Amino acid sequence: MMLSLILQQELARMQTTGGVGSPVTAYWPIMVFLVVAIIFPVLPIVLGRFLRPMMYSKTKARPYECGIDPKTEAHDRFTVRYYIVAMLFLIFDVETIFLLPWAIIFMGEDFTFTKFALLEMFIFIGILIVGYYYAWRKGALEWA
Amino acid sequence: MINALAYFAPPSFLDWLLLKYFSPETVNYVLWPFIQIGAVVTIIAVYALYATYAERKISAFMQARLGPMRVGPWGLLQPLADALKLLTKEDLTPDKADPYIFKFAPYIAVVAAFVVLAVIPFAPNWGVITDVNIGILFVLSISSVGVLALILAGWSSNSKYALLGGLRSSAQMISYEVALGLSLVGALMFARTLSLSGIVAAQGRDSIWFFFYQPLGLFIFLVSGIAENNRAPFDLPEAESELVAGFHTEYSGMRWSLFFMAEYAAMVVVSAIATTVYLGGWYLPFVYGLTEERGFHNLYVILSIIIFMIKVAVLLYIYFWLRWTLPRFRYDQLMDIGWKWMIPSALINVVLSAIAIFAVQALDGWSGYRTVESVRDGLDLTRTGKIIVIIIGWSGLFITAGLLSVINWRSRDFNLKKQRRKIRLIDLPKGRPAIAPAAATAPATQTPAPAPSE
Repeated sequence: MMLSLILQQELARMQTTGGVGSPVTAYWPIMVFLVVAIIFPVLPIVLGRFLRPMMYSKTKARPYECGIDPKTEAHDRFTVRYYIVAMLFLIFDVETIFLLPWAIIFMGEDFTFTKFALLEMFIFIGILIVGYYYAWRKGALEWA
Repeated sequence: MINALAYFAPPSFLDWLLLKYFSPETVNYVLWPFIQIGAVVTIIAVYALYATYAERKISAFMQARLGPMRVGPWGLLQPLADALKLLTKEDLTPDKADPYIFKFAPYIAVVAAFVVLAVIPFAPNWGVITDVNIGILFVLSISSVGVLALILAGWSSNSKYALLGGLRSSAQMISYEVALGLSLVGALMFARTLSLSGIVAAQGRDSIWFFFYQPLGLFIFLVSGIAENNRAPFDLPEAESELVAGFHTEYSGMRWSLFFMAEYAAMVVVSAIATTVYLGGWYLPFVYGLTEERGFHNLYVILSIIIFMIKVAVLLYIYFWLRWTLPRFRYDQLMDIGWKWMIPSALINVVLSAIAIFAVQALDGWSGYRTVESVRDGLDLTRTGKIIVIIIGWSGLFITAGLLSVINWRSRDFNLKKQRRKIRLIDLPKGRPAIAPAAATAPATQTPAPAPSE
């Protein structure tokens, strides 16, 4: 008797939490997780304040440069290649995001849709490969 | 009898207990998430802690040493001792650093690494915290936030090593993130859903791990994942021999250990995603749909969690194995592997998977072949269909390797570095130094390199 009651409750809970939840309720545990994940690193740092020594010394607080006194600031110019990589990343990442929904619906229930999706994907990746070839040809992928 | 026992197993019993005192809404949306999340965070933290122990032990055995032996039996308490020690260490902030960003960066790293765990399906039913219908997209977007922590840490330290390490790691992580995302597209074509539980369910429905359909995808995913986590042989950001410790040179004490906690948690996350998408999640290889029809048995769920964790542990072992086997790559080699090998092979993988699915659907009904059982909720192939897809998938490995070798070999023609060398070769008389007179030391730097054989 009691077991069947519990079973019913279990099934009810499965219906609400199991499977893909409705958009709002499915994101609620993520919010809770975010709070827990923020508390998790903050806690040891705050607690550690009572345990760890805090003794300031000028030499200790100097930037580490293998024992040599730093003469200049570290915030300096750096090579332009990092910017090129960042720009290439933007292009390719956006392309990945376009491919994800395409991959989901790629296989249609009727074959004509699959044919259309395959053709469309070939055009999309073709355009991308032209850009990729251009970047490679121009030496954007070279590092040295 | 088994049923009666199972419903006294913790979850149902807890549910019953909670429902006595709280309303079902409170239980479903407040208490259960907190219980699950608390359990997951604790388990993953302990897992990460003991991953450090496992790494030290494994590396020791690989080098015919014993590893940590002093604290506890076989050194089992070593991670706890380390954690205690780090807790009592001084937390330094350099004078020249930007203090707020410097202190804030480790939090970003940890939070970005941990929040992803919210959507990972460890097991059916109560083994999954939440099942978002954009699961993979969520994972990719949140894990890319982790790059920010490294950039901010490297920049705000105001130390040259930290800046170089931060720049390197950011360039490396964004390069490999593209391949990471692209490698998943192939598997998603078979799963037909972005939800992580849905992907595992699709593998159960098709009674096969996607690893067999997508060997190339798993390979690209693992390589990019290792690079994404800045682990050896891709640990350029913390290359000890040249950059001291990379982006966390200036960090000490607990904040330093937060970076490490984030790194190990990110390793667990990448392994868990690989397990979910390619290695069949909580399913054993040849046992599918054991109890799904009769609802999820609690013992089955617990067994599923154990299976999932074992698969993750095997992938983590591969991490350690590679770390103590392969030497570190040079930076230009790293970028070459990322941009010239991983990304094109991920694209080839997408095209090949599309062709495989297209072929299977085209062959269905052609001269009596039956390849597709149903498409409606997830792909379900017959034995013939599976064999076709597996053949295309595994031949894809060789096709990709051959194609990319040819492309990369031919690309020397339009490779700027080689072009420059060629121009220099044309200008210079052969075998003699260009500017300096023939001296004992000069030729080493001035003699042009031997011409690349065309």
